[in-house]
Amino acid sequence: MSEVKPRDPESERAVRSGTSAAERARELRPARRASPTSSIAWLIAGLAALILLNLASNPAFLSVTVQDGHLYGVPIDILNQGSRTMLLALGMTLVIATGGVDLSVGSVVAIAGAVCALLLNDGAGLATTLAAAIAVGALAGSVNGVLVARFNIQPIVATLILMVAGRGIAQLICGGQVIIISHAGFEYLATGYVLGLPVAPLLVAGLFVAAHLFLRRTSTGLFIEAVGDNETASRFAGLAAARVKALAYVFAGACAGLTGVLTAANIRAADANRAGENAELDAIFAVVVGGTALTGGRFSILGSFLGALLIQTLATTMYFRGVPPSVAPVPKALLIVLVSLLQSEKARAWVMRLWRRNRERVAA
Amino acid sequence: MTGQPLLQLRGITKRFLGVTALSGVDFAVRAGEIHALLGENGAGKSTLIKVLTGVYSADGGAIALAGQPIAPKSPKEAEGAGISTVYQEVNLIPALSVAENIALGRQPGRFGFVNWGAMRRHAREALARLDIACDVEAELGSLSVALQQMVAIARALDLSARLLVLDEPTASLDEKEVAELFSVMRRLRGEGLGIVFVTHFLDQVYAVSDRITVLRNGELVGEFATAELPRLALVGKMLGREVKDEVGRPEEGSGQVRERTENKHGQDAHATLLTARGLARRGAVEAVDLTLRRGEVMGLAGLLGSGRTETARLLFGIDRSDTGTIAVKAGPVRIASPRDAVRLGFAFCSEDRKTEGILPNLSVRENLIFALQAKRGAWRRMARAEQEKLCEHYITALRIKTASAETPIKNLSGGNQQKVLLARWLATQPELIILDEPTRGIDIGAKAEIEQLITKLRADGLSVLLISSEIEEIVRTCARVLVLRERKPAGEVEAGPDLTPERLMRVMAGGGNE
Repeated sequence: MSEVKPRDPESERAVRSGTSAAERARELRPARRASPTSSIAWLIAGLAALILLNLASNPAFLSVTVQDGHLYGVPIDILNQGSRTMLLALGMTLVIATGGVDLSVGSVVAIAGAVCALLLNDGAGLATTLAAAIAVGALAGSVNGVLVARFNIQPIVATLILMVAGRGIAQLICGGQVIIISHAGFEYLATGYVLGLPVAPLLVAGLFVAAHLFLRRTSTGLFIEAVGDNETASRFAGLAAARVKALAYVFAGACAGLTGVLTAANIRAADANRAGENAELDAIFAVVVGGTALTGGRFSILGSFLGALLIQTLATTMYFRGVPPSVAPVPKALLIVLVSLLQSEKARAWVMRLWRRNRERVAA
Repeated sequence: MTGQPLLQLRGITKRFLGVTALSGVDFAVRAGEIHALLGENGAGKSTLIKVLTGVYSADGGAIALAGQPIAPKSPKEAEGAGISTVYQEVNLIPALSVAENIALGRQPGRFGFVNWGAMRRHAREALARLDIACDVEAELGSLSVALQQMVAIARALDLSARLLVLDEPTASLDEKEVAELFSVMRRLRGEGLGIVFVTHFLDQVYAVSDRITVLRNGELVGEFATAELPRLALVGKMLGREVKDEVGRPEEGSGQVRERTENKHGQDAHATLLTARGLARRGAVEAVDLTLRRGEVMGLAGLLGSGRTETARLLFGIDRSDTGTIAVKAGPVRIASPRDAVRLGFAFCSEDRKTEGILPNLSVRENLIFALQAKRGAWRRMARAEQEKLCEHYITALRIKTASAETPIKNLSGGNQQKVLLARWLATQPELIILDEPTRGIDIGAKAEIEQLITKLRADGLSVLLISSEIEEIVRTCARVLVLRERKPAGEVEAGPDLTPERLMRVMAGGGNE
């Protein structure tokens, strides 16, 4: 069955090599793609607009106070609540930069949470539990990585498998129940403070900095961008492209594992159904509005951080405005459309054209 | 000129965003004729076929079928007019039965119900016309490629075709299957059908066609009766070279052209760097032997489809060979991936710069250091200053025109992209560099510079394997040329008075004294 389509190297290459005039003509057209830098500018503008909107109705929106040596305030809440999406977005950035996507991270969050509950209630130590949760996440990621990089399964299909099966695995671990976790050290991860700052955002910020240093001080970042930009060319230049791709999924899995820990700590329970529900979609959105194209290539983890921040700020805004949670997806969808349009060069050019035409009409 | 041709194309012109793919091409096919359409890469063959079959609409010119002007706007319209096409990649549905595929889109029946009996009977008749024995209820995907192709032809004919276009139908068939296809083609010719036959293989052209039309660079070179056009002249026309009549020239074997079986080692001034023996891969090349010495520029010549690029891909570990051995400096090596090849000191500039060479959105700097960095690995990242120094060096040395090293490489011209890719490989300090069509699609100035660079690399002790369709380029730069023909080595020519374009074309054309 697999031999149905004959493969003729020469003519296939003739097609690929752009030797036909149509191909050459296509080559002449410049590629349209927003760079991460310009995306970040638009993202900051969007964030500022959202904050201004809040300040208009709630002047104390940005104020931060100190109580008992701890920082309190809406911005701190946003960072605290947004830390999980940020962490998922960090891993997702690398996967998307290789030209893939990981739909399974939400389910991996649930699995990792279930593993935490199982171990902690079994009397395991905090360090062991953390290590196990992250390891389980990395293992899930390596399954995705092998399917995508070794067997060339489309990422969306390969990770969909674990997205669906993962919930079932978490259910099996939990025995079909929501398992309550009561472990002081574990809860500290979600509610604790270090030097007046909440633990979870600090941890996530630290990971972002570490990831940035790792990606840019070694050649890992370059390799990931090269694989996403042109996998064939990077392989032909002697790069182990499949390994790079697989490792991106392992990293995303590990991030999802840690997110599972933070989620379970936050709700003090392992909930196989609700933990990390739709979290993969928020993470993908954060990455894309952060300027990393779904087609792969250049990535920006700062952009992804800001993208996650934007999502959480919007969620908090809706909370303050009293938007019922059942309706909340609507404004979120509108924001996604708006940000995507702002980033689309075509849409910007269209707006500019309208504006210019209007001005000409006024002048005439 | 017996009467009116079945198909007549006049002055066909087609442009794509300022690139002229066809300019004023005439093409005529008579009924009961097999007409070969030939040309090298970029000649315009496929564009002409697409205009004929309604995939593209022409910017100028006229098409007439049996004297009636037609202007097909889609393949379906062309089929309606009587022009059916069978592409090299069978574009039928493998999961459906043979009968369903033949009837696809016009199943017999009424009220939305299919008359299965009629459909099967019809399919049997269609196949019987071609003298093909095949179970019409079998799933198409379970058949051999050759049989699938026959089914595709049966389907095409079933559309009451008067003209059948076969676009590289033999590319994935073995010899026996090709012979079967030819007997079907001859039978159809006998029934008065006009057949357009697109192929790379000259042997097949001479075996089956009545007339030949040659295109080059989107222009008509001419129409010839196959029997009156010697192979050598045909190759000359495809490559755009006048071939002088070389009466009295020494024949093959007596000169420096050596047949493949001969041993060509001996008084080598330079040590052998690479030896490949019996390198073969199904559907790519058969039994290539190749020896490359240090500091030697060796040419790999041949027509399109002769297996040049396939050989390079085997050497560089992009494709795996089915059989054969490769030895580097007398030691046998296993090259399973480009990564292995790079570790052995190989480098490979693909003919397909855009999809296999550049990292389009990355900067000139990142593109330039990429192979060296990949070779060193992620942990040993080159310091930024080192990267910049390397870029500065190569931008100056190869005269790369770029606004800065941080410009995305896609913004550079083709020639400058090619130079960056050359620099990428030179930075790895390779021992062997394989250049596949390094000067294709770049301007003349850059071409000359790249040729000079090749000569200079040889002086520095590098071995170069040069693949080029430009025969003069091969003659100018190579010390030795291995000629491939129809996926097999056809002969080797040493530098000297015999390394001339005429001699190379003679070997490329093959067929000796036919």
